[in-house]
Amino acid sequence: MLHIEELSASYGEAKVLTSAGLSVAQGEVATLCGRNGAGKTTLLRCVMGLHPGSGKVSLNGTDLRGRKPFERARLGLGWVPDDRGAYATLTVAESLALPPMRSGWSLEQIYEAFPNLYARRGSMSTKLSGGEQQMLALARALRMGSRVLLCDEPTEGLSPLLVQRVGEILRQAKQQGIAVLLVEQNLHFAAEVADSYYLLASGRVQQTSPADKDLLTYLGV
Amino acid sequence: MTESSALVAQEMAEAERPGPEPRGSALRRNARWLLLAAAVVFALWLPFGLYPAVAVEILCWALFAVAIDLLLGYVGLMSFGHAAFWGTSAYATGLVAIHWGLPFPLAVLCGALTATVLAVPIGYLAVKRTGIYFAMVTLAFAQMIYVVANKWSSLTGGENGLQSVPRAITDNFYFYYAALPIVFGGLFLAWRIVHSPFGRVLVAIRDNPSRARALGYAVHRYKLMAFMLSAFLAGLGGGLFAMGHRFVSLETLHWTTSGKAVIIVVLGGIGTLWGGPLGAAAIVRLEDWLSFSGFEQIGLVTGGIFVLTVLLFRRGVWGTLFKRR
Repeated sequence: MLHIEELSASYGEAKVLTSAGLSVAQGEVATLCGRNGAGKTTLLRCVMGLHPGSGKVSLNGTDLRGRKPFERARLGLGWVPDDRGAYATLTVAESLALPPMRSGWSLEQIYEAFPNLYARRGSMSTKLSGGEQQMLALARALRMGSRVLLCDEPTEGLSPLLVQRVGEILRQAKQQGIAVLLVEQNLHFAAEVADSYYLLASGRVQQTSPADKDLLTYLGV
Repeated sequence: MTESSALVAQEMAEAERPGPEPRGSALRRNARWLLLAAAVVFALWLPFGLYPAVAVEILCWALFAVAIDLLLGYVGLMSFGHAAFWGTSAYATGLVAIHWGLPFPLAVLCGALTATVLAVPIGYLAVKRTGIYFAMVTLAFAQMIYVVANKWSSLTGGENGLQSVPRAITDNFYFYYAALPIVFGGLFLAWRIVHSPFGRVLVAIRDNPSRARALGYAVHRYKLMAFMLSAFLAGLGGGLFAMGHRFVSLETLHWTTSGKAVIIVVLGGIGTLWGGPLGAAAIVRLEDWLSFSGFEQIGLVTGGIFVLTVLLFRRGVWGTLFKRR
């Protein structure tokens, strides 16, 4: 579904990614691991077209090179950023009505999956707790009908209960055939939801492994 | 349907059922209607309380301020060259009235449309930048148009300006009431834009452009549309200004005109929409009073007010008094 080949990116002189490559199939959750500063977020941003990079990125066989971020979103990429991207001046309901394409989950499905958002649909997005903002970011991507979710550390700063909830939502998305490329520091959480792992180091994908404990052992977790 | 989804559906249905309204929201709605009624009464009374010419000037600057606020407050773009649209519309309105003899509403509409067309190439290039770069690009274009208007004296009258713009309603008192529907129309258009889904997208772009792109919005295209709508509103104000004065001076295109509009918006309140007309009334009235008193350094006073507003009331008059979020 999502295929990345020889992706390179830099910040000025500093090269962050050098020929990174990976694939995520339909209904698969692939976790991208690596230490801080390894380039995980940059890789997601390059895939979304938010950071310039060279190399091939294709979605369902469609080459995304030269396509702008809004075109990539319309082709089915959904971005769930690490800063959660809550809009200070929009309510929860307005944020959910914001995406131009709303072909994914219905509002009823969203509110059923995220009861907190239903309860706080009239509140300003930035008045939500960190966990609720994370739910909102996920809900917005699901509402768009994205076929591939690019999730950047969705559990960062969340309570164990909310981490569990995020896991449930990702599994639910997976069952619907949605592919997820997950950047995650919480490897125990990743081990619960991921089908495959990629380890990013020195700008390259150094190791690929199916979902078992090998990588966790390798990382010393 | 599972038990939980049935529960949610039931809850949603209950939430949508009209029930007793919270006391606070009913009060707020009534207060809004009262404010609107007070503003309409104030607008109708204005030429009785002030010189009609000053009242007409307030109307024009109110539209100009709303145009700037639409861009600055809702898209986050600080244009320092909106005089290009205000002045171009003023010239176009004057020329159309002189050469084609169109009635003033049509002449003003022609002027506003000319400003909108001019906004396409300027906006196309300018919206690719943000912050100080956007401000400087718009300023540079406005100064280029100023120079062209100055040199093209056979059309614009150069430094002498465009003289004797014809107007059927010669009395400023009656002209004020003839212009009022156009101003109300412009203000309603701005209000409609801000409260439409398009307006919410503009706010989303202002708050987080990358996020808006990732949601599937062509950010530059939306910014360009907002820029054109803003130019149209500025053009309406500029056209009325030309008809109100029956004269178009080169100063309408000067950067100080853009600066004055920005001061008005900051004083009224950025991102409030109605702060613009309030700021316009305050600044135009103050300038008129100072000039009537024989005080020549008007810029010192308006500049001082600008500094005080930025330091003490960053949300402006309207923002401080009424804006809750």
